[in-house]
Formats: sequence, structure tokens, C-alpha cells
Amino acid sequence: MKKNNLPENKNLDLIRALIIKHKKNDHIFAGIGFFVIASLAVALLVLFLDLLINGYPKINLEFFSNFPSRKPEMAGILSAWMGSALVLFVTFFVAVPIGVAAGIYLEEYAKKGWFADLIEINVSNLAGVPSIIYGLLALGLFVYEFGMGQSILTAGLTLSLLMLPIVIVSTREAIRGIPVHIREAAFAVGATKWQVTWHHVIQYAMGGVLTGIIIGMARAIGETAPVITIGALTFIAFLPPSPVTEVAPFINFDWLDAGFTVLPIQMFNWISRPEHAFHINAAATGAVIIMLTLLMNGVAIKLRYNIRKKIKW
Amino acid sequence: MVKKQEIIKAESRNFNFFYADGTHALKDINVPLYEKRITALIGPSGCGKSTFLRSFNRMHDLYPGNKYQGKIILNPDDTNILDKKVDAIEVRMRISMVFQKPNPFPKSIYENVAYGLRVRGENNKRMLDDKVEEALKGASLWNEVKDRLPDLAFNLSGGQQQRLCIARALATDPEIMLFDEPTSALDPIATVNIEELMSELKKKLTILIVTHNMQQAARISDYTAYMYLGKMIEFDETDIIFTNPSKKETEDYITGKFG
Ligand SMILES: Nc1ncnc2c1ncn2[C@@H]1O[C@H](COP(=O)(O)OP(=O)(O)O)[C@@H](O)[C@H]1O
Ligand SMILES: [Mg+2]
Repeated sequence: MKKNNLPENKNLDLIRALIIKHKKNDHIFAGIGFFVIASLAVALLVLFLDLLINGYPKINLEFFSNFPSRKPEMAGILSAWMGSALVLFVTFFVAVPIGVAAGIYLEEYAKKGWFADLIEINVSNLAGVPSIIYGLLALGLFVYEFGMGQSILTAGLTLSLLMLPIVIVSTREAIRGIPVHIREAAFAVGATKWQVTWHHVIQYAMGGVLTGIIIGMARAIGETAPVITIGALTFIAFLPPSPVTEVAPFINFDWLDAGFTVLPIQMFNWISRPEHAFHINAAATGAVIIMLTLLMNGVAIKLRYNIRKKIKW
Repeated sequence: MVKKQEIIKAESRNFNFFYADGTHALKDINVPLYEKRITALIGPSGCGKSTFLRSFNRMHDLYPGNKYQGKIILNPDDTNILDKKVDAIEVRMRISMVFQKPNPFPKSIYENVAYGLRVRGENNKRMLDDKVEEALKGASLWNEVKDRLPDLAFNLSGGQQQRLCIARALATDPEIMLFDEPTSALDPIATVNIEELMSELKKKLTILIVTHNMQQAARISDYTAYMYLGKMIEFDETDIIFTNPSKKETEDYITGKFG
């Protein structure tokens, strides 16, 4: 029943058929994507749950406050988590300032040209180098050449090499995300390059930089190969000297020279034992590592969200 | 045709500009900016208006390879602001700029206005407070924001943001203010506000504005320069440009036969 006498649009059916066909492609792609993501997520979840269920009987306060032991039911991860914490502490204080400064320099100050391109390619490649290579480099350079021994300092420096490219790349990306018109606004009122960098670039890039830092740290916490390569101990029943002391000057740096172990090595060590009881300890340690990683990622997401909320262009 | 009592605040002389890729964007431009007058730059898009405007605060220095040739003289001291010996920062401290799209910093309203002063090393709270208030009043924004100075600037409306950018440019007492199509991203009411504000501002300082809105040029400017393909085709009092231009090209553009 036509309500008017306009000519009929003969193409209408054709157009509708076309739209349906095109939309089908959307659905197919979304379906494949969902399937891939879901299988990955499920695989990860199963792994984590497996560790958690196996290790569950061990995850309690004593597990964190006991040294490793020959008796599996007494063994804990005190020296391992302390070692991981101290190593990461060194890594953080080395990789963050150098990485952020390098990122800023490359993005803001370095002259664009073949040299900058060369550095750019190298930094991106470094992020993909297998971590054991860093271990070998550290063994030759830090342990033997510089005589720093198989210490917390050596491990911290090694992991900071691993983390540097991540921090540099994320700093550069965060800086690139700052719009030109915001920079120009700062220059237009007479700011110097340093003022623009300090008052604006660093502030606005902080969200992305923080994310890079935490992702880098989360990677460093699970690294095993380079730490084994430089010769971390596998069984250690003492703590490094405390970084804080009761007498002035209240801090000391002897711990930097101490031998140590880290969580993934402790886990590896227990896995290679024949007794089943140690495998439970290993599973518990694995669950702790994954929870730490998840926690750090959660903190990264929260921090980034808080910072982004204050920045809009 | 220029009234005798006009004082030249700045003047470009045989000014040429080349972008790093070799584009010869401005060709032999000679234009005066008269003290406490509004000069409008009009012309079809791509003719070089922004390029010319941005030369006045040496914005092109930010990108390597750009080249100025000729002079832009700034009075009363007869300084050639394009001279390599003159620091670009000195120029930007004397000649401030408002951009096409409002571009407040993602900081508080207060810090946005105070920034030009902070850059100069001013940290005295009382002094900053006074200057911020004065600039916001000068940009007719004070009444709207006086109770929310610590709020983030991007929570303001587009028109308020643009007036905030004007306040930021005003806080440092510039001698000249540059506006690059300041209302093209704004609604009609916000546009009227900015236009009224500019007429107020010219009591204190000299203004150069790029606009592709000819009615706007006719409404607010005292002088108008018509540019085409990097050349200055005609410069005159705005009334004359819009009623009785001496060049055929200008007339064609004004009457909409072209462009
Ligand atoms: N960064 C740049 N590099 C090279 N050429 C440019 C650059 N910016 C603008 N141009 C060219 O310079 C000419 C003038 O541009 P512009 O000043 O932006 O014009 P308008 O503001 O009048 O629209 C145009 O031909 C444009 O393509
Ligand atoms: Mg333009």
C-alpha cells in the first residue's frame, strides 16, 4: 500500500542484501577474535589455578618467613622473596632514571638523522633479545671484568639492562602522544626547551612511563635465566645484611655485595627435586610470582587511570 | 590612505619564508602593524596566513630547517626580530599568541594563566594571584571561574577555554598579540564574546589576527591584508578593502567570485 506516488526505489533490496553481506564479515571476524582471546585467557587461568590448587596447603605466613630447608614441610621462601625485593630495588633505581632520561633525550633533544635511527632500531631490538644473552653479558662484564661478584648488585644491574629498553620505548611512546599544540602553547609564552620538558613533557608522559616501568618490573621479577647465568645461589639460608641499621648513618650498602637467590630460582630448585612435597612448594612459589605480577599490573592500570583522568587535550 | 596619526608597532620588510622542504611559503611581504589597531589577514586556505602570523613569534624556529629572509622590525627599539642574534624566547615574551584550537595545558585554570609568569621565574604568590586575576578579568573570564581556579582547565567549555588561552597570553603584558583563527572552533555566541574581547584588548595592545571569516575581519579589524599564494596582494584600511579595493583579485575574493 503506497501512501504517496513517489517512484519506487528499485535498488533498495540490493542495498539491503549488500549490508547484510558486509555485516556478516564483521561477525566472523569478531567471532574468531573472541575465540582466540578466550582460549588464551582460559589457558592462563588453568595454569594459574593449577599452581594455586597444588600450592594451596603451603601458602601461609610461615611459607614467607621460613628459610629453605631440607625438610619440605619446613621450607619457605624468605630468602627468595627478600632477594627478589632487593634485586628489584636496585633494578628500579638504575633502570628508571637512565631509561626515562634516555627516552627524553632521544625524543626531545637528539638530532633526527641516521644516528638517531640507528639507536632507535637498536633499542627496539634490545627489547627482543633473549634474556640469557643479558646474563652472559653480565657474567663477562659485571662479574669478571668489574669484579662485582655474584651479588645482588650484579643481578640488579643485569635485570636493569633487561628493563631499560622497555622503559625507553614506553617513555618515547608516551612523549609522542603529547600533541604538538600543547607543546607550542608552552613555547609560545616563552618557555625554554628545558622548561617545556620539565613542566609539561615529563608530567604528561608520566602515565605511559609508569606503565612501562611496572611492566618492566613485572618482567624482571620472573626472569630466571640471566640470574642463573650470573650465578645466583640456589640454596640460601641466610639474609643479606640489612639495608637499614640501628646506628648512624642508619643505611648501609653491604647488602649490595651479598649472595642471594630470587623467587623463580627457588621455584626451579624445588621443581628439580625428586620428592613430591617439594613440588608443592614450587607450585606455591609459582602462584606467589603470578600473584605479584598480577598485582603489579593492577597497580599500573590504576595509576595510569588516575593520571589519564587529569589529562585531556 | 593610512591616517597620519598611526604609529607603526611592527613591520615586515621584504619578508620571505621557506619551509624545511623548500616550500617558498611567503614572498616579499611588506605589511605594517599599527599600534593599538587590529590588523586582519584574509585569503584562501593555504595562502600563507598562518605561516606569516607564526613568524612574528618565531614559532618556525621549533622545527629545524625553516628559513626566514628579510626583516620583521619591532618598535620602539627597531629590533629585527628575525635576526639570529635576537633570542626567539625574548621575541615570544614580547609577542604572545592564541591558537586556532583552544589549547590549555592539562593543569588548573590558575596554573594555565600563571604559566607565562612562572617561566619568567616569578614565584611570589601574591604577585601571581594579582596577575592571574588581572589577566582573567582582561579576558572577561574572571566572573565565570573565580570560584574554581584550582579546577582543571579542560572542564571549561570551548569558548571559556579559548578565553583562558587569551588570559594566558595576556598575563605577561605582551606588546602584540597574535590570533590564528581563534574562533573557528567555537559556536556563534562564544565567537561574539571573543570578538568583543578583542575590541577591548586593542585599547592596550596591537593585534594581528588570521581569519577566513570575512565578516569577522570586516567587523573587528581596522586594517586588512589580503594574501594569495604567499603574496601580499593588498593592504589597506578595512573599510576600503571591503568597499573599494584597488586590486581586481581582492575584489573577486571579497565578493565571493573566487575562494
Ligand atoms: N610544515 C610545513 N612544511 C612545508 N610546507 C608547509 C608547512 N606548513 C604549511 N606549509 C605550506 O605553506 C603554505 C601556507 O600554509 P599556511 O600558512 O598554513 O596557510 P593558511 O594559514 O593561509 O591556510 C601552504 O601551501 C602549505 O601547504
Ligand atoms: Mg592557517
